[in-house]
Amino acid sequence: MAVARFWRENEPRYNLTGAKCGNCGRLYFPPRTVCPVCHRKSIGKMGPFKLQGTGEVITFSVVHDAPSQFELQKPYVIAIIQMDEGIRVTGQVIDCDPAEVNIGMKVQAVIRRLGEEGASGIIYYGYKFMPLTPPAAPRPPE
Amino acid sequence: MREVAIIGIGDTKFGELWDMSFRQLGIQAGLAAVADANLTSEEIDALYVGNMSAGKYIEQEHIGALIADYSGMARDHIPATRVEAAGASGGLAFRQGYIAVASGMHDIVVVGGAEKMTDVGDVLSGEIQATAADQQWETTFGATFPALHAMIARRHMFKYGTTREQLASVAVKNHKHGSLNPKAQFQKEIKLDAVIKAAPVAEPLGMFDCAPVSDGAAAVVLCPLERARKYTDTPVKVLGSGQASDTLALAHRKSITQFDATSIAARQAFKQAGIAASDVQIAEVHYNFTISEILAIEDLGFFPKGTGGKATQDGLTSLGAKLAVNTSGGLKARGDPMGATGIAQVVELVTQLRGEAGKRQVSGAERALAQNVGGTGATVVVNILGRVN
Ligand SMILES: [Zn+2]
Repeated sequence: MAVARFWRENEPRYNLTGAKCGNCGRLYFPPRTVCPVCHRKSIGKMGPFKLQGTGEVITFSVVHDAPSQFELQKPYVIAIIQMDEGIRVTGQVIDCDPAEVNIGMKVQAVIRRLGEEGASGIIYYGYKFMPLTPPAAPRPPE
Repeated sequence: MREVAIIGIGDTKFGELWDMSFRQLGIQAGLAAVADANLTSEEIDALYVGNMSAGKYIEQEHIGALIADYSGMARDHIPATRVEAAGASGGLAFRQGYIAVASGMHDIVVVGGAEKMTDVGDVLSGEIQATAADQQWETTFGATFPALHAMIARRHMFKYGTTREQLASVAVKNHKHGSLNPKAQFQKEIKLDAVIKAAPVAEPLGMFDCAPVSDGAAAVVLCPLERARKYTDTPVKVLGSGQASDTLALAHRKSITQFDATSIAARQAFKQAGIAASDVQIAEVHYNFTISEILAIEDLGFFPKGTGGKATQDGLTSLGAKLAVNTSGGLKARGDPMGATGIAQVVELVTQLRGEAGKRQVSGAERALAQNVGGTGATVVVNILGRVN
């Protein structure tokens, strides 16, 4: 991957910033220049929209044959997450045993190192998902 | 539009063909097709070549001119066009050739497909395969091509109750078909248990759920139907053709358990052909993973949504059934040299419709369908062929 290409995608990858169509209100991630529903009417009206970062696993795979860039991480879990806003995102599920991952599992986005560019040595970051910690139960009165 | 016939077919063996170069493969298949059509090279008006990624596999682009040149046609200066749509490159090249003849722009068109994949190692080969997916929003995050299909499989299992055994039964059935095809890369039958217990690639898919890396080429010759008898006694007619696209990334679809592009391309092709799914006796579908065949036979309308796994397990897609799916062995057993795959599907269907398929012949087949997929369904081409009586 060329350095320029990596920088262009930086912001949405760090901030989970998608786009909201100013015409119909639909949300998109990654951000789009044109709304696939409104077409020409949406041009110039696609504003930034930040995802909260929480969602649930709708499908996943445990990857054993990995590309060179992910060789050291295997076996790892790749999943499609349905974000609470209704948008779907592809990303890794980390910080848990692959055997614990299941459809319906609640997750939250965290920023992690995604990989390292071989020739240029650039380390790049982006979202991954970890199990959502259930909110602490209120302390019983003493 | 003019009616179009296929008057010649040719292909190479598929597999790890160490002793053959990309251009040798393309030329061998092309010359075989031209000889099969009893043509002289001077009669050819145009050439289309399906190829996914020669630039990455063999560091050679400009494939149209390359194949025309080394087939001995440089002095004839015919238009030569490379067509690319990842795994659907071949099917799309066929459709372009079909449109060229149907429109009246060209009379005799050769359509080839070729890929030389084994010059690079397995890991790099997997990375090249993954360029068919969305590089920025899938691959960068660790999604491999098998993993994307594994995620389709898992969701299909969750939503419809498709079982691991049903997935495996696709591979068992197709390896059986492949064992009857002397051109197949793998001609050995496999057992259900072996598929399930094979080394995992991307769970729930294992080694026997995934098509191999292959070298190979295939070619066909097209001409207007009214002129076909001049070249062959057994012309096969193109009854219909459809093509559709979808989001590049799997996650961005409404549903991840169906390929809408398959349904839409099929609807176009069936409408043009004036037939229904139940009128088809043979289908070559894009079986790069076991789950892909299950999706294909559902989305093409052969079986209700969610029942493709059971239909396969029940033998409803095996040789001898009312509908035989992947009589060649399909991508997993016949082999999957990307750009060649869509053309090889057509070659198998023509062989069947001519009644020349030997031990795997479907008797009395009149109509046949090919479905060729690029990426995880972002491009789908469906072509329907029929016997000319
Ligand atoms: Zn809109």
